[in-house]
Formats: sequence, structure tokens, C-alpha cells
Amino acid sequence: MASSGSAGLLHRSPRLRLGLLLGPPMLWLGVLYLGSLAALFITSLWTVDAFGAGIQRTWTLENFRTLFTLDVYRTITFRTLLTAVAVTVIDGLVAVPVALFMAKVASPRWQRILVILVLTPLWASYLVKAYAWRGMFSTGGPLDSVGLSPGYGLSATIVTLAYLWLPYMVLPMYAGLERLPDSLLEASADLGAGTWTTMRRVVLPVLFPAAVAGSIFTFSLTLGDYIAVKIVGGTNQLLGNVVYDSFLTGNNMPFAATVSLIPVVVMLAYLTAVRRTGALENL
Amino acid sequence: MVKSFGPVTAVAGVDLAIADGEFFSMLGPSGSGKTTVLRMIAGFEQPTSGRVLLDDRDVTGVPPFARDVNTVFQDYALFPHMDVRANVEYGLRVKRVGRAERRERATAALETVRLGGYADRRPTQLSGGQRQRVALARALVNRPKVLLLDEPLGALDLKLRREMQLELKQIQRDVGITFVFVTHDQEEALTMSDRIAVFNDGRIEQVDTPARLYEAPATAFVAGFVGTSNLLRGSDARAVFGRDGTFSIRPEKIHLDDDAEPTKARGTVRAVVYLGSVNHYLVDLDGGGTLTVLRQNLRDSTDSALDQEGRRVALSWDDAHVIDLDDSGAGQPVGAGTETQEAP
Ligand SMILES: Nc1ncnc2c1ncn2[C@@H]1O[C@H](COP(=O)(O)OP(=O)(O)OP(=O)(O)O)[C@@H](O)[C@H]1O
Ligand SMILES: [Mg+2]
Repeated sequence: MASSGSAGLLHRSPRLRLGLLLGPPMLWLGVLYLGSLAALFITSLWTVDAFGAGIQRTWTLENFRTLFTLDVYRTITFRTLLTAVAVTVIDGLVAVPVALFMAKVASPRWQRILVILVLTPLWASYLVKAYAWRGMFSTGGPLDSVGLSPGYGLSATIVTLAYLWLPYMVLPMYAGLERLPDSLLEASADLGAGTWTTMRRVVLPVLFPAAVAGSIFTFSLTLGDYIAVKIVGGTNQLLGNVVYDSFLTGNNMPFAATVSLIPVVVMLAYLTAVRRTGALENL
Repeated sequence: MVKSFGPVTAVAGVDLAIADGEFFSMLGPSGSGKTTVLRMIAGFEQPTSGRVLLDDRDVTGVPPFARDVNTVFQDYALFPHMDVRANVEYGLRVKRVGRAERRERATAALETVRLGGYADRRPTQLSGGQRQRVALARALVNRPKVLLLDEPLGALDLKLRREMQLELKQIQRDVGITFVFVTHDQEEALTMSDRIAVFNDGRIEQVDTPARLYEAPATAFVAGFVGTSNLLRGSDARAVFGRDGTFSIRPEKIHLDDDAEPTKARGTVRAVVYLGSVNHYLVDLDGGGTLTVLRQNLRDSTDSALDQEGRRVALSWDDAHVIDLDDSGAGQPVGAGTETQEAP
């Protein structure tokens, strides 16, 4: 029989099995993902002709020179990094108590409810959430009426992005704490540690790998964002906006590619640093 | 002490006095409230009513970190992100003991549990028995007044378990700290303890030395839980003892076909259980009821012992070894006057 024949063949040949299992995803990863990265890098070495009419496929470092010499790009790069760091730190600070409460204090029933509450915003459209924050920050809006609105600008962008990416920080932390046995906390108390000492010496070390995992999300998502800035950021451009504008408005695909290499490099550096700490092994 | 979790009463009423330097065991079936009592002593649970006194000081409301009591957890609860040394030093570190003293005491504690060379390992790189000993060292290093151990040997195989029992007992003698040891293994409790509290359903049935628990159980439950029960009740008892009641005789106190002693009962061997150095004979008595008789495998070959099935036998015993469980002064052997306590 054909089917049992092929099943038998599959059973006898582990390589074939592995190949069929991993083939499609590897193809996806290799061709589409790494391939597009390579294309990005290659494109960044091209340029456009003077009239912006088309791409000239001649090798040049012109784009990188522009990027490094023009002050405005340096400012934007630093602003973007600062935003990403601020968003990550805010999310980290907010997520620790939330995750701690969910995993260690709440009853099992409340635990489920809270997980759903954290996840629900992910189902709503990004745009809707961003516009909701625009409403919050608007003149005469809820925040303004209590005198707390910073207006559209960098702070508004940071707050909005921190809100948008918060679940990506809470969930890994929650999962990490969930795996932390209660008996470890009791052992710490039993050995003479008060609540704060237990937090510092037992909970935080366990939380650290989870925080790193979460920060990879919040950091990279912020580095690539350009929509929130458009909606609540006023005139404070981020790298994402430069890419978007060079591509659409400037019709300068090679320069857009060059700029978008910055987040790629930053993330590679960040991941290398993280690897050094050994946090990824404990994940 | 009483402890309820909502509608569940885990500990219905326990009153215990544990002496300084004692090896005290809490023995009982699963769910009988041993862990709950231990957790109340440690301070992880607050008693619903009642008090915990430590050296005459009321520590009922005192949080765990402020009590001079340490616990060896059933799952060891070693900190996975610290190596063995850091685990053992933890208690001293949080009490701000200086670095040099910390290191010295941790090293000594690790020597005590014979893990001197393992200081730099992570808990995940240790075997179950080694982890258990690290947990012990981590508690001992603080020199607590009382050490609480919740079934610390539960996860170990039989051989390692026996070794650790002897070691634990030795360590307890050496350091002189009071040990409160929870187990549901009666053999373990009998080997290690100075005194044992037998728990049943949130209450204590009897607190006594291992020998007294075994020789003079106060209740049918204790007789059944510690050793093989061999209970005779009602009419079965009347046929043998001439009156109603609940009586117990340990299997090794009964002799089979011993001409030198007067026969107390007759019966038929229903089954022989071969246990290596000894055999268990299940004897159905003519007057009703079944007694287990233990006999060493000295003279009989295994085959001849197994051959006994279906044979008629005569049982005899010394009346001093019969325990009357309905007696108002429960726990007294029937022939209490002539009884002399035997060393275990
Ligand atoms: N946190 C809790 N909430 C509700 N009920 C509990 C809780 N802890 C224990 N119990 C109940 O209290 C009773 C005694 O539990 P405990 O853990 O003290 O038993 P144990 O003697 O240690 O048993 P084991 O030998 O299985 O460890 C059990 O019926 C248990 O279900
Ligand atoms: Mg228990």
C-alpha cells in the first residue's frame, strides 16, 4: 500500500523526517527573512540618480556618509534610542509588580482574569489604541483637564509606546514568576530574609532573564515604530519616520535601507550584550 | 493548636511539648495534618487558635524570618541561581555575618554533611541525596534552636534513605539541635526518633518513645499504623481471651507449634509470605479472625516453609505481650504487672 509504504519510508529515514519537518520553516527563515535582510544591506550600498527617478546600481558608501555627517540623523538616532530605553524601563517598572501580583498573590481565579485583561488590548487594533491616546493627550482632553497632559511630543510618544508594548513585558515576567516555586520564597524567609531582601536576592535574579526577554520585544518594537509618532509625537521624528519618509516622500529606497540598518545593528549589539550576561540560557 | 483552611480543618487540636535537643518525629498517614503543624511552628501558617511557644517565648505572631527555627523543605527549595556555597551562606548573608566567618561556617556545615568538595556546583548538578544534604547544611549553618524537616528523605531510594537516616541521626547527636521530623514511614520514625507523635485526622493519637509505641500502642489506630496490627475484636476476641474487647499481639511474639508453651489458640495456615530472612504466616483462627505470625527463616528451608499452607497449627504466646486496647488505662499490656520493658 502506498500510504503505509511512505509511512514506513518516513519511519526508517530520520533524515527525511527531519528534512520534511524543518524544510518549510527553514526555507521561510533563510530565503524570506535573511534574504530580505541581505537585500536591505545591498540596497543601502546603491544610490538614486539626481532626479530621484530611479535606483542606480553602482556601489557607493554615499548613503552612510550622509547618515554619519548630517547632525539631524545623529539627533534622531539618539532620540530613538532614548525613546526605546525609556519605554523599556517604564514597562519593566510597571510589569514587575503587575507580574508579581498575578503570579504570587492573586487567587487562581483572579490569575486567569488578569492574564485575559493583559492580553485583551493585543486584540484591539494598534491604530485604535494610538488614537485613543491622541484623545487622551489632546487639548481639552482627559489628561489636559486635570493639568497632566504633556501635549503631543516625545513624552506622549513614550507613554503611548510603553502602553502598547506593556503586555510583551508582563507576559514573560509572569511566566518566569509562575515557574518560581513558592517554597523558594518561604525558604528565603525561613533563613531570615525580610520581604525586600527576598525580592532582591531571590525574585529579581529569577525575574532578570524574563525581563531581558521582554526588553527585546519592547526595545525592538520601539526602534521600528513610526505610527505612534505620527499620531501623538508632534514634530519629534524617530528613525522609523526617516525610513518611511525617505521611502515614500523622498522615493529614496537606498537611503531608507541605510537608515533601517541602524536598528538592525543596535539590536544585534543588544542581543550580543544580553548573551554575555547568560540570561538567554536561563530563559 | 487548631488550623482550618476555610471549611477544611487540617489540624483539629494538637498539644505538643518538645524537649530541648530531642529528635522528635511526627508520624501519620497522608493528609493527617503533619505538614500543617510543621508550617505553624515555622511561621508560614497562623494557627486559627492556639499558640506556639519557643523557649517559653510566645512566637505565634512572629514572622518566619524572625523565628529561631529553620526548615528543610520536602522539595529542598535550593536557590537555582546560586551555587552550593552561596545557598549555604544565604542565611548568614541576610543576617549580615562577615564574609570570612560566613565562608568558614559554610565550609564547616558542608563538611558536616560530607559535601566538602561540592561548594562550587549548582543545585542542578547534584543528585537527590546531595541536594538534600545541601538543604540540611543550609539550615544547620544558622544554628537554629529547632530544625524542622518535612519528609526530607521522601524522594530518595531505599538504600540512600537508610544511609541518610543514620547520618541525620548522627548529625543531630553532634550538633545537639532539636529536630522535628515529619514522615509517613513508620520504620523511619522508629529508627531515628527519641519520641514520636502519631497523627490521625488532624489529631494526635499518642506521643511516646518508639519502644513504647510499638509495645504498648494506646489505640487501635496506633497499633495498626506502627507495625503489623494483628487485631482481634468482638467475638473473635471472646473465643481467644474469654471476653469481648480489642486486643493486639505483635506477630513476632506469637510462636507456632511450640511444645514448651501452653496452646492459646488453634488455626489453619492460610498463606505464607516469603520475606527473605523471615516469613509471615497468616493463620485463620478456629474461633474467627486472622493473626499474622512472624517466624525467622532459621531452620526451615524456604520450600518447607511454603509447604505449611493449609496445615493445622497451634499458637502460643506470653500473656504479657497481649495489648488490651479497650482498657481505660489504654496502652497497658494485659499482664501489665509482670511486664518488663524490652529494649528495641
Ligand atoms: N493551604 C491549604 N488549603 C486548604 N486545605 C489544606 C491546605 N493545606 C493543607 N490542607 C488540608 O489539610 C489537611 C492536612 O494537610 P497536611 O499537608 O498537613 O497533611 P500531611 O499530614 O502533611 O500529609 P502528607 O503526608 O500527604 O504530606 C489535608 O486534608 C489537606 O488537604
Ligand atoms: Mg506533608
